[in-house]
Amino acid sequence: MSAASASAHPGRGRVLIVDDDAPLAEMLGIVLGQEGFESRVCHRGDVALGAFRDYRPDLVLLDLMLPGKGGVDVCKEIRAESGVPIVMLTAKGDTVDVVVGLESGADDYVVKPFKPKELVARIRARVRRTEPPVAESVAIGDLEIDVAGHSVRRGEEEIPLTPLEFDLLVCLARNPGQVLTRQVLLEEVWGYHHAADTRLVNVHVQRLRSKVEHDPEHPEIVLTVRGVGYKAGS
Amino acid sequence: MLHDAWRRVAPAVRRALTFWRRSIQARVVVSTVLLSAVVVSAVGWILLQQTRQGLLEHRVELVLAEVETEMAEARTRLAAASPTGVAPGRQQRDLVEPIIDRGDSRGYSVVLAGPEGQDVPLSEGGGVYTSGLDLVSVPADLEAHFDGVGRTTAWTYTGIVRRGDGTAAGSDDEPVPAVIVGSQVQLPADGRTYTLYYLFPLTEEQETLGLVTRALFTAGVLLLPLVAGIGWLVTRQVVTPIRMARKVAERIAAGRLQERLQVSGEDDIARLAYSFNQMATNLQRQIRQLEELSWVQRRFVSDVSHELRTPLTTVRMASDLLHDARTDFDPATARSAELLQAELDRFENLLVDLLEISRFDAGGAVLAPEDVNLDDVVNRVVTAAQPLADQRGVRVVVEHPDDPVRVEADGRRVERILRNLVTNAIDHALADDPTEVVVVRLASDDDAVAVSVRDHGVGLAPGEAAMVFNRFWRADPARARTSGGTGLGLAIAQEDAHLHGGWLQAWGRTGQGAQFRLTLPRHLGAPLRHSPLPLVPEDAVSSDAAVVPGPGTVVPPREVER
Repeated sequence: MSAASASAHPGRGRVLIVDDDAPLAEMLGIVLGQEGFESRVCHRGDVALGAFRDYRPDLVLLDLMLPGKGGVDVCKEIRAESGVPIVMLTAKGDTVDVVVGLESGADDYVVKPFKPKELVARIRARVRRTEPPVAESVAIGDLEIDVAGHSVRRGEEEIPLTPLEFDLLVCLARNPGQVLTRQVLLEEVWGYHHAADTRLVNVHVQRLRSKVEHDPEHPEIVLTVRGVGYKAGS
Repeated sequence: MLHDAWRRVAPAVRRALTFWRRSIQARVVVSTVLLSAVVVSAVGWILLQQTRQGLLEHRVELVLAEVETEMAEARTRLAAASPTGVAPGRQQRDLVEPIIDRGDSRGYSVVLAGPEGQDVPLSEGGGVYTSGLDLVSVPADLEAHFDGVGRTTAWTYTGIVRRGDGTAAGSDDEPVPAVIVGSQVQLPADGRTYTLYYLFPLTEEQETLGLVTRALFTAGVLLLPLVAGIGWLVTRQVVTPIRMARKVAERIAAGRLQERLQVSGEDDIARLAYSFNQMATNLQRQIRQLEELSWVQRRFVSDVSHELRTPLTTVRMASDLLHDARTDFDPATARSAELLQAELDRFENLLVDLLEISRFDAGGAVLAPEDVNLDDVVNRVVTAAQPLADQRGVRVVVEHPDDPVRVEADGRRVERILRNLVTNAIDHALADDPTEVVVVRLASDDDAVAVSVRDHGVGLAPGEAAMVFNRFWRADPARARTSGGTGLGLAIAQEDAHLHGGWLQAWGRTGQGAQFRLTLPRHLGAPLRHSPLPLVPEDAVSSDAAVVPGPGTVVPPREVER
């Protein structure tokens, strides 16, 4: 059935659903199929990495409570070998779980019970980069960003970033000298159109800094403007 | 200057007073010492009186006996002398001189006064007496007693005054206490009656009395510190266990439930300790049980809520799918899909609110404070509530003060409180009435910020203002809700307000609408004493409005009268 839907909207993307609750996973498959995504379901944490390698998805939907292996560990494993977007499904809105999930490499999260449209919006925001690439090059600090080629260079050295971190960096680099609030960043990078969790921004800015800054303790590329947001360093 | 001195001394005085108030031991010791001092003084005084009386009585007895002997001897001598032929003066001397001599050697003084019956005062001379004696030593009343013939022997107390006569010794001395005995004798030479006064000094008795006094005083002075010491030791025996019990009780109160008193012996203290320990054990058991129960219950609510989430998510998605496809269904099925969708929204909101309340109950709610601009929050909330207001035909007006209203608070929670108040007001306002306005007012001062939300709907009956914050409370169970509230909104709002150390209060009158007021301290942790906005709206008709604070809030007394 998903194949039929996929053929109606070809090439929208492939989603790996890692969730131990069979009815939910099936329902997710149906909803994603309606939206034109292909999907495959994996019910156990310990086989999730194998399924990921086998299926090569464009996005992973990952439940945090999994048999075999916890969602956080699966998240770290996938992140270790790929920058593919990961959206966590969590039953707990508690700060600790969300932060741990984000720090282990997830790009975004949705709290159960979520509205299907909300989930689809989150997924779309993460896989939307199917738009035709525009040849564009921007600079931020001593970094050179090739937007079309999806690469960031410091001199000759290429810095590997996940798509989300890349988007975040590009968003800042395209607005030099301008302070972007967390709200604006959530809208531009994550696609949220209403108030959302600003911790998403904080955690990912930290992750981005750890990769692009010379000294993450004294950032020069992504600067914090206290009480307002972030801006690109000159 | 005096003021400065007081300021220096005041702390010490205050410390001493505190010690006095707090220490049973000090009070017991001081009162024991005071009482002992009174008792010792009384006993000493009685002892002294009795000693004195005994000494004097004994002395008077001796003196009278001696005088008796002297007089008998004198009379014998006079009787032996020839009644005539001797000059009275000579006979007087013959009579007195041996007595004076004997008096000198035995320590008493003698005065021969007379002759009686002539009204010649003793001080005007005529008498023969021991040299150096001042005649004022003879008291006037005794003299008066013997102002006549044939008076019986009499005695009284007096003071012996010595005449200076240039001799330094004793010239300025106090009068020496003495016993004076008078007795009359008839002189054969002139047949007249003369009075002989014997003055026996009481020096010895005085010395004895002084000795006894000193001994008693010394004993008393030594006794008082001893009594104080004994009092201190005895009260310590009682107070020490009490103090230990206090310390243990404090520790138990602080949560260290396993603390116990040491029991030794079988006396009252030991039994107190035993009972105390038993009480602590029972309390500990009860508390443990309650803790376990409450933990189990909290865990249960949390588990149930979590377990509900996953199936709810599936149902939700299925419902959405059906809802989106309802145009393909027959009318009954399509309507069912719509109802399913709408009720799922309610169910979801309820679950979210239940989870939030259970988090408050578990004490797991934590503030994420930030600098919040309340004007922005209010604008956001009102904008978000606009569709509902339009649907109900209610106007919402915001009255901002000139200065921005900033507060240190958890923006998410404050927004949730205000969202609740505003939707609640729109919900209860008069629908489709052009005069109806929901007024949101902001104000701030140095210590606090406040937002009030006023509607002019059916209002609240007396006593209902306190109940609006109860969980699942409805003013009128028959009244429909339009905004689909869960019944937990105001309860959560109040928990949020309390978490900030703020107040959420309600005012309402039947037919006059209601006003809710949120007051928050400008800085977290600062105590809240007043609100920049009145709770009772200015357009309220009567002053006897039903003003009831929410549970647990503190209402400043003046607030109600305004």
